[in-house]
Amino acid sequence: MNCEKIESKWIAYLDGKASAAVRREVEAHLAACAACTERAGEYRALFGVLDEMPQIAPSDSFDAAVRARVAAAVPARGAWRWIVPSPRLAFAASCLLVLSIWSASRPTEIEPLTVASTASTPVTQTASEAEFRMINDLPVLENYDVLSNFEALSDLPATPAVQPASHM
Amino acid sequence: MLDVKAGDEVSFELLLRKYRGPLVNFLARMVRDQGTAEELAQEVFLRVYRARKEYAPSAKFTTWMFRIASNLALNSLRDGRHRQMEISMDQPVEIGDDEAPAWEVADRRPGVEQELIARDRAARIQRAVAELPEKQRAAVLLHKYQELDYDEIARILECSEAALKSLLFRAYETLRVQLAPLVGAALSVKAHHEAGREKRSQ
Repeated sequence: MNCEKIESKWIAYLDGKASAAVRREVEAHLAACAACTERAGEYRALFGVLDEMPQIAPSDSFDAAVRARVAAAVPARGAWRWIVPSPRLAFAASCLLVLSIWSASRPTEIEPLTVASTASTPVTQTASEAEFRMINDLPVLENYDVLSNFEALSDLPATPAVQPASHM
Repeated sequence: MLDVKAGDEVSFELLLRKYRGPLVNFLARMVRDQGTAEELAQEVFLRVYRARKEYAPSAKFTTWMFRIASNLALNSLRDGRHRQMEISMDQPVEIGDDEAPAWEVADRRPGVEQELIARDRAARIQRAVAELPEKQRAAVLLHKYQELDYDEIARILECSEAALKSLLFRAYETLRVQLAPLVGAALSVKAHHEAGREKRSQ
């Protein structure tokens, strides 16, 4: 191992976190290289010097500021929560909407028989009147001459027969 | 964090107390301004709170939190919203109660001259770290001051472990050169102590 190759191993070696194999490699190099031995000493001294960096204490108002920001964030989220529907509610509402649109777009098919059977009195009257008009419009009934000269009718007795008792 | 995810507000309070110091320190070194760092740290906690339901226990909480912090810091730097840190001899250096620096541990009652020397040293170190390129700076802060593992830092900075080690090497190499007077003085003191120890043993 040369001086350049050792560079990637310095940190783990100085931290005492290098594997046994790497440690042996570095120590073998240090035993043969005075410059790197000196450098290792300087790094160790540097780590000691860096320990002198003073700590910064958070200000007295720090905790209160954090609590205030957290407290401000929580109700804000709660107050607007009603706007955002829950997934289940959104799904149910969507299904209802689709169902409404589908049923509204369906053509209305009213079966005459069903209507006739379930219809109220005015509808029944309308049907009867139509039937009457149809019979009344039959051309055969309008042709009085045909009826009055119809030979078959002359065979009938002049006076109507006595009605059977069942007609009474 | 799992308790926070379950809606435990007390656990969030514990997270806040545990990580506010490390976060503010990391962000202040990144953006070089304590006011901006505190705003960003508040934003980190807010995002942690908001995203607690999505937190996956497979990821370490510190990795997740520092990733948010790192992204916020880098975005803030890119947006140019930060102010340059003014390292002044007049500026008081705030020191956390639980983590006093080494120089103060060595002498609990330093004289005025010693105090000035210590402040000067601290200012040099701060400046040297602050002048590192953003990604190198983040790597050093997470490695040296947060003591995170390589895989965690690599995930936070979105690079491979090999790339991270290379990043760290270049950063420490720069610092070794920039802080050569302090490093040299530290080595001299060490050599002096070792010589004294040898004399005493003879």
